[in-house]
Amino acid sequence: MRVLITGNARSEPFRSSEAKGSASTGPSEPSYTHRENSVKQPKLSLERSAHGVRGGGGGPRIRPVGDPRSEGEALGVQGTYPADWSPVCSDELSVFSAASRMFHDRNAQLLGVSVDGPWCHEAFKEQRNIAFPLLADSNPKGGVAKAYGVYREDDDTSERALFVIENGKVVWSDVSPVGVNPGADGALRAVEALS
Amino acid sequence: MSDKVHLSIPVGPDDHSRGPLDAKLTVVEYGDYQCPYCGQAYPIVEQLLSTFADSMRLIFRNLPLADMHPHAEAAAEMAEAVALQGKFWEIHDALYENQRDLSDASIRRYVEGVGADVEAATKAIADGGPRQRVEADFEGAIRSGANGTPTFFVNGVRYDGSWMYEPFSEYLSELLDD
Repeated sequence: MRVLITGNARSEPFRSSEAKGSASTGPSEPSYTHRENSVKQPKLSLERSAHGVRGGGGGPRIRPVGDPRSEGEALGVQGTYPADWSPVCSDELSVFSAASRMFHDRNAQLLGVSVDGPWCHEAFKEQRNIAFPLLADSNPKGGVAKAYGVYREDDDTSERALFVIENGKVVWSDVSPVGVNPGADGALRAVEALS
Repeated sequence: MSDKVHLSIPVGPDDHSRGPLDAKLTVVEYGDYQCPYCGQAYPIVEQLLSTFADSMRLIFRNLPLADMHPHAEAAAEMAEAVALQGKFWEIHDALYENQRDLSDASIRRYVEGVGADVEAATKAIADGGPRQRVEADFEGAIRSGANGTPTFFVNGVRYDGSWMYEPFSEYLSELLDD
């Protein structure tokens, strides 16, 4: 089972300036020492995503490898999310990252997908210490988002969406308003109902 | 997605609580001691408690985002250990007031500073109770749809508006008027 987390690349002024306090006047994040992720995630191949869509970018370490089926994965949660560095999705991914063990314990693999390129993902993942793979839907741009029906033509990005995928089929999905961070409860309940 | 997101773990007698027990407004904060936004919200919440002194109750629960904040879990566990000595809010305040330095040694200093027994707190942590409590809080937060730190629930419903003083106090005033 996999959980796909998707989004678009436009930062949201409302959230960045109001809901989470002012980014320009608020305290800055302290610098962190890098720590190895405590939850070991199996490697996954985007070429074998639910719709068989090939959407990966070309980064040397981001480029997904391996066959999820060989890892004994039956269930996944994937989501598209806005840009790597916008405050709302940072929260969304941080919450999912913190909750990754809860998904992992239920045999679900988390995957994040956005139209950002692999190098951007790599920097973001390292800075935030995100505990699951971020996949680049950058070449062709939005190919995965289009396949899932969540591409936003207006701004070349994707909706903030969650998909629970079991054995190659989307069994649950949720699309939030771009500026609203959905939290992990819905996807977790969907995964628990299946596992 | 439903319009409102509800708290999955009801407020109970074991919660850390400030303000009148029969307050019309119960605000549950899911927070992380190392999160700078929580640090920014801390004096705002204090101000709200003062403004709504007769009508607001504050509950604090743990949502340490440890991947981003390496000291968050240790700080949360120490706060829960000190809570066993009846000084939760003292250490809660001390941690937020000093959140720039949450090294283990500094945290022990803050514990001493609030007059708690460091040895007893350390032993309580070793026994595992505080960790269980923090993990239970964390899981409850995720199940409730907490979507970052801090996340506030007002009377059981996730508050998605701004927690800056003006909009938050305006929202609470409106609830009081209902």
